Amino acid sequence: MDTAVMAPLPRRERVADVSAKTIVVAASAVVGLALGGVAVFLGIQGAPAWLADSTQLPLNASSIWSLALPLAFGSMWAACLGLLIAVPLAVGVALFITWYAPKRVAGLLAAVIDLLAAVPSVVYGLWGLMVVAPIMARAYSWLGAHLGWIPLFAGRPSASGRTIFTAAVILAIMVMPIIAAICREVFGRVPSTSTEAAVGLGATKWETIRLAVFPFARSGIVSGAMLGLGRALGETMATAMIISPTPFLISVSLTTSSNPNTIAAFIAQNFPEAHGVQVSALVGLGLVLFAITFVVNALARRIASGNGGSK
Amino acid sequence: MKKTILMAVMAAFALALSACATNENSSSNDTGSPGSTSGTSSLTGTINAGGSSAQTAAQEAWRAGFQAANPNVTVNYDPTGSGTGRTNFTSGGYVLAGTDAAFSADQASGPFAACASGSALVEVPAYISPIAVVFTLSGITSLNMDADTIAKIFSDQITNWNDPAIAALNPSASLPDLAITPVHRSDDSGTTQNFTDYLAQAAPTSWTWPSSQTWPTTLTGEAAEKTQGVRETVMATTGAFGYIDASQASGMGSVSVKVGDAYVAYSSQAAAAAVGQSPIESGRAPTDVVVDLDRTSTSTGVYPVVLVSYLAACQTYANASDGTLVKAYLAYVTSSDGQQAAADHAGSAPISSDPDLAAKAIAAVNAIS
Repeated sequence: MDTAVMAPLPRRERVADVSAKTIVVAASAVVGLALGGVAVFLGIQGAPAWLADSTQLPLNASSIWSLALPLAFGSMWAACLGLLIAVPLAVGVALFITWYAPKRVAGLLAAVIDLLAAVPSVVYGLWGLMVVAPIMARAYSWLGAHLGWIPLFAGRPSASGRTIFTAAVILAIMVMPIIAAICREVFGRVPSTSTEAAVGLGATKWETIRLAVFPFARSGIVSGAMLGLGRALGETMATAMIISPTPFLISVSLTTSSNPNTIAAFIAQNFPEAHGVQVSALVGLGLVLFAITFVVNALARRIASGNGGSK
Repeated sequence: MKKTILMAVMAAFALALSACATNENSSSNDTGSPGSTSGTSSLTGTINAGGSSAQTAAQEAWRAGFQAANPNVTVNYDPTGSGTGRTNFTSGGYVLAGTDAAFSADQASGPFAACASGSALVEVPAYISPIAVVFTLSGITSLNMDADTIAKIFSDQITNWNDPAIAALNPSASLPDLAITPVHRSDDSGTTQNFTDYLAQAAPTSWTWPSSQTWPTTLTGEAAEKTQGVRETVMATTGAFGYIDASQASGMGSVSVKVGDAYVAYSSQAAAAAVGQSPIESGRAPTDVVVDLDRTSTSTGVYPVVLVSYLAACQTYANASDGTLVKAYLAYVTSSDGQQAAADHAGSAPISSDPDLAAKAIAAVNAIS
């Protein structure tokens, strides 16, 4: 108990202990520095844009807000649509792996899903543009003809399929592995006492999942979904390649050629030809995205820590 | 494990190196002996240039040809876009800039950081390329249209392929009852600037927007990124209609544009003819050779949807060695060898096919020091 009584640590171990501590502290400091560095960069470099007028901004926007709001909407809209598709898919896959699949199939499927996460986003973009979009185009033309009275499907359907919904489908496939991995983790950690109790009470497998697994895993699912949302918000390449953007547009229409662009895609598309204040404006847009992501992550933490109950 | 990775990396590196080497050999063979134009193989140094992305392929050909004759000179061309090219030339980051739009007359007086004080601006047309108006319809590879029809399609006034306005110009084509999907560039581009300039000049009643690098934001239609994005979208979409640098338009249906009473398909000869019958913009220094493109010509054999991209340099450089290098490089670029290399590699129209313009460009280059 008392250090005075214990033999002092050998010198070599003491050195190892100290250096390990130094290294982990430094690693944490790097994270803080990087985040702070990015925030300071976005703030300083973007500053001139906040007061700029239409002669200086990209697309001759009247102010940076008229540029940022539609783009922020586009980012959120595409990411939320993607999440709407990805979360049920990910939960389903994770449940199958942890509860239904034979062990060997489960291992294989888990590996395959992890592989999905390793595909570069530019490949997803190409695939979405050349394969998924033409298929979606047929669906859009059917939706436009039969369900055109719903605002989501109103307007002339895109003949190329390069709409925000196609981008959302691709985003869903891209973020699904992250969410599925986290779900798998929490589903596997449900205390066996809970599940055994449910089974003992005569619950079927689905009832066990509903009564014992979901309540325990809710916070895990939510934080997985928020991680996925963060990734979807920041995804650049795939959305830039797929969406056919219309500047300054805020629209919930899913099937036309006129779509809101996303912040990340807009920055990537406009940076190569930008100069002067236009560059500042793009950096300023980066700050907006940074702020949105920050809020999303803060919300995720709050939900994950507060709402779970069982943790 | 580690060893295999290392070996793989080294193998890839060696491959890349040998690929570069073969490239250089073959291009020096293609272009003959460009050294004969300047005779300055003792040159050493680096030219830092950049700008217009339309010139990328042509610059590759010029760099290969020039470096084969001048192995100790490095030419860096960074295709950052015309706007950035002009900005960086003004600030001195580039000693040479490629730009799809010439410096305006009042910007042309400088000052430019790389130039000696009081130096005039040198601008020469270096890259002339037709812009193809392309579409995808099954069974149709060519259509006739006038500027007004093209403008109306891009501004949503004609929305179906069986519109009487299109049918009247193409009596023999069986046009489908299919919505037209107009496709434009989502990024700022010199192609868009020259294409909208054509529409504004040749179809002023149907096209009410000024020429601009950015597509008018009030128009609907499909937006795609960069030349490849437009190509991909048009080819994948039946009923699509777009505009694209002609070097990338192979295998696509294209529009023959009405000029006078004839319909002219895009070709580098017809593009050169459009530049050839346009006057040089007046009120500029003799070294500032800017073409005042006349897109409303009715002469035969002229294809008016054409992009002219310039190279901007100083007449007198603050640093004399920059002047020597840039002069030698531009002498090669504007020579018939250099123009032919670009034509072979990038499908552009050689300015040398217009002796008058070529003479003015070469005179401007000779004034560099």
